[in-house]
Amino acid sequence: MTDSTTFPSTYPAAGVGIATRGMSLEEPLLFESSRPGAVGYSLPKADVPDCDPASVLPDEFLREDIPNFPELSEPEVVRHFTRMSTWNAAVDLGLYPLGSCTMKYNPKVNERVARLSGFANTHPLQAQELSQGLLGSMMDLSEYLAEVAGFDHVTLQPAAGAQGELAGVMMIRAYHEARGEQRTKILIPDTAHGTNPASAALNGYDTISIPTGDDGILHPEAIEPLMGPDVAGLMITNPNTLGLFEENLVEIAKIVHNQGGLIYGDGANLNALMGIARPGDLGIDVMHFNLHKTFTTPHGGGGPGSGPVGIKAHLEPFLPKPVLRTHEDGGVFLDNDRPQSIGRLHGNLGNVGMMTRALTYIRFMGPDGLKRSTEMAVLNANYVAARLKDRFVLATGDRPVMHECVFSDEHLEGTDVTTMDVAKRLIDYGYHPPTTYFPLIVHGALMIEPTESESRESLDCFIAALLAIDDEARRDPGLLHKAPHNTRLTRLDETRAARKPILRWSPGSGE
Amino acid sequence: MADYTIPDDLRYSEDDEWTRTDGDIVEIGVTDYAQDQLGDIVFVELPEVGASFEQGAPFGVIESVKAVSDLYAPVSGTITQVNDSLVDNPEQVNEDCYQSGWIVKIQCSNSAELGELLDAATYSSSVTDRTS
Amino acid sequence: MAYNPHTDADVASMLEVIGQPSIEALFRNLPEKIRLQQDLALPSALSEQEILEELEARAAHNANLSNYTYFLGAGTYPHFSPSAVDSLISRSEFYTAYTPYQPEISQGSLQAIFEWQTMITMLTGLDAANASLYDGASAAAEAALMALRVKRGRKKVVVAGLHPHYREVLDTYLAALGVEIVTVPYTKDGRAQAIADFVDDQTACVLIQQPNFLGCVEDVQLAAQAVQEAGALLVGVVTEALSMALLRPLGELGADIVCGEAQSFGLPMNFGGPHLGFMATRSKFLRQMPGRLVGETVDLRGKRGFVLTLSTREQHIRREKATSNICTNQGLCLLMATIYLSLMGRQGLQKLARLNFSKAEYAKQRVRETAGLDLPLSAPSFNEFVIRVPDSAEAALLRAQENQLIGGLDLTAYSNKIDKTDDFDLGPAVLVCFTELAKREDIDRLCQALAGDDA
Repeated sequence: MTDSTTFPSTYPAAGVGIATRGMSLEEPLLFESSRPGAVGYSLPKADVPDCDPASVLPDEFLREDIPNFPELSEPEVVRHFTRMSTWNAAVDLGLYPLGSCTMKYNPKVNERVARLSGFANTHPLQAQELSQGLLGSMMDLSEYLAEVAGFDHVTLQPAAGAQGELAGVMMIRAYHEARGEQRTKILIPDTAHGTNPASAALNGYDTISIPTGDDGILHPEAIEPLMGPDVAGLMITNPNTLGLFEENLVEIAKIVHNQGGLIYGDGANLNALMGIARPGDLGIDVMHFNLHKTFTTPHGGGGPGSGPVGIKAHLEPFLPKPVLRTHEDGGVFLDNDRPQSIGRLHGNLGNVGMMTRALTYIRFMGPDGLKRSTEMAVLNANYVAARLKDRFVLATGDRPVMHECVFSDEHLEGTDVTTMDVAKRLIDYGYHPPTTYFPLIVHGALMIEPTESESRESLDCFIAALLAIDDEARRDPGLLHKAPHNTRLTRLDETRAARKPILRWSPGSGE
Repeated sequence: MADYTIPDDLRYSEDDEWTRTDGDIVEIGVTDYAQDQLGDIVFVELPEVGASFEQGAPFGVIESVKAVSDLYAPVSGTITQVNDSLVDNPEQVNEDCYQSGWIVKIQCSNSAELGELLDAATYSSSVTDRTS
Repeated sequence: MAYNPHTDADVASMLEVIGQPSIEALFRNLPEKIRLQQDLALPSALSEQEILEELEARAAHNANLSNYTYFLGAGTYPHFSPSAVDSLISRSEFYTAYTPYQPEISQGSLQAIFEWQTMITMLTGLDAANASLYDGASAAAEAALMALRVKRGRKKVVVAGLHPHYREVLDTYLAALGVEIVTVPYTKDGRAQAIADFVDDQTACVLIQQPNFLGCVEDVQLAAQAVQEAGALLVGVVTEALSMALLRPLGELGADIVCGEAQSFGLPMNFGGPHLGFMATRSKFLRQMPGRLVGETVDLRGKRGFVLTLSTREQHIRREKATSNICTNQGLCLLMATIYLSLMGRQGLQKLARLNFSKAEYAKQRVRETAGLDLPLSAPSFNEFVIRVPDSAEAALLRAQENQLIGGLDLTAYSNKIDKTDDFDLGPAVLVCFTELAKREDIDRLCQALAGDDA
């Protein structure tokens, strides 16, 4: 299946942009290679008498064994996971243009800082006087984030963007309730991330979908008739998920504010705005950041993230607790005396290990560097849009895009090729596919966010790959339907996985 | 545009469900068009026998890998039977939506609502409107 | 700029392709009045060397495992992590990948999650586990939300022995839902009062922490009977995951959901995060479980592989009807734990748990022998228990600190968050934890320090 005949004839010169299989090794599940008696651990010598739990606890409280738990030596474990790592696409391997996810380069110095013993090996409940280096660093980070996005305060506690969003909507609810108002609805544009309605629902709000204009942005006329005294606010992403700047945001914010509502900003796309414009200056009252998107903390295969939330002063009483505060003597402490707080969201103080990484990044970049990052991210997205727009159909017409660009599947009309096929075929060229089928309002959407980390050469190869695939779609559509061809596994049967879910290994279930 | 099977002897709801009436018992499933739009069905959440639903109320859920849709009661009534075989074989909805892929039977409590259902020709043109 | 590849010539040539005269022109449709008119007021850029100098100096200001010995647990536990764990998670293929949306090029992450799910089912005695949640506290809150979905219509949640911070997070998550949260008080021996007295036909679930916040091992089986009779779900909550290697699996004892914190499995304490929430349940509740799930399937050639599955539960499809708004799992953290558990293995994990237990039992004996110290709670424990000190918890902990010991948690500060029966009285007390990192001589020193002049 993977012989060279399935390679495209139109690939860029010298094989650039083609995924070739190096030595990709098979690796069974841990449980299948386990051998009774194999040892991968070493324990310190017991310096206290061994105590039999059965002498203290009744037998029925105790476990006898952990049947089938793996037993492997250290080299076997290391090989197992190292082999598995080679089956992943990753930013350090190549362009990862996943729209709305900002897969930019993760600087190595971040990792070094986060692992310093004075940061990593500290306990959240140790005396605050013994933690001033960390608390001070966290205070600095919260102030830097507030400055970047134009807010009065930032809480670092939410563990991810979605939890930040939850916190933000909770603060909106607490704000209205403190004013004695029971508002029941929240407005959400039809381009929004799915987390927006989910977060609103967790707060008991009914969501009202706002149609995006034909030009891809929101218009005051769409908001005005829906905004009323029963509406808590509007959740908005800027730039929106079509990659467009919401030009009418200031006017829209006025409409919402005039009726007593608040504006929630989804900060997923902040990478388009650093040093250019600040969400807090545009009328947004509360916004979450994604440190793993904008501020280069690693995505980690799906986490951990970190989702700080910036707010304007009128929401300050409602911040999740504890709140970081500065003493007169310059020391930083945790304030739990917050009667109007929405409460605690995290068992401790949030994902501190991500905060030290983000702080490192901001200190490395400085104000000019952050702005330059944004400019280069926007340049790269516009470059991709410009190079592809004659062959692919931009969902946003001639409007200038910000940090990402979205194409519809209109150019595939007349073929039986889908966006999914194009995305999967990109893998054969060595690329992680862009985000597909989102936003929902674009038919067969292909959403490309190149980020500032890519060179022109890298983008040119990617563009060449997309153009080559577009040729293939017409010449040899079958090639695309079954792509990828050159990976260790071919397309996986997701229907089978969902119909009869197998979510764990069981003895005797192996191949 | 694909051709969808829309049997003449059934009545339809605007939510792409079909009904087959036998006395006051109404058998309900999703149409060929609906199963095609959803794609490979992986799960059908069935109500309990004896549960009652008003017309238009969601009585269950049907899921494919990447889509999910509520099932709405085309008429008010009480569930008398559910198609348990869909628990293990949800693909029957794709393979045979009008026979073995039936979903529930409802004892209709308001026969006037039966008259509100669409005939095959009307439903067919509604599908055509949406697919052209 | 080190992280951006473009030269000035690249920028110029790209602008030419785009057909714009300048970078500035790319932002032409941002109304001038909303443009930021000044530079961001941030400190100017530093070189990598300068950053390390600055942040190493700051890190040195914190007590940490290299300059103190820790006897502090209470949700975050000091344990040893083998070198291979950090080495393996430092592979960029793992840590610079995102959520495995494209299974053909994410099998490394997906197989690791599948292995993690399997290990969690083995440790909890349940059928299915998810790919992880943010931390133990949010996992407990998500478990309560899940139980409320399963038991639709019931509006009461009962909690027993729960970490006060978990309880606060639960309050936050449930605030908008009109749910009553009832606390089962601690009795004299440190265990929860009989659960049967607190459950009724309105109870959706009972959350019981094992061992409980005060370190005591609860009689979960007894609780399970009461919960079952009330037709509610039993949620077992675990903050010290290592205890699962010694105690009978909560699923076997009747828990319908088991969730908690798995930081103990090889994750650094990290000042409280990132940690690793886990959750497992019975098959019949699977579709109400929040978070990512990985399932086994085959590719076009029939080869085994893994995919994210049952995603119709999630926010990107079900939106406002989703089981949770959660998107991320703690991918890299669960990878750490999976590697850690593979190295420890069936034998090592149980031996380590027994070593922790033995250290704690030795410490109990020392406490009994040290004048001025006392064990106010008689219930058995795993590796953490309460010590009564002669004067005040604050003074005792300061004495420990002077000896480079982080001596435990001051329970005085939590006393108004601990519901208790009338005959329950801790006095001045600290919650102290003993892991494999605690050497015998350090335990002895700790007892001396906590006792002070009375010793």
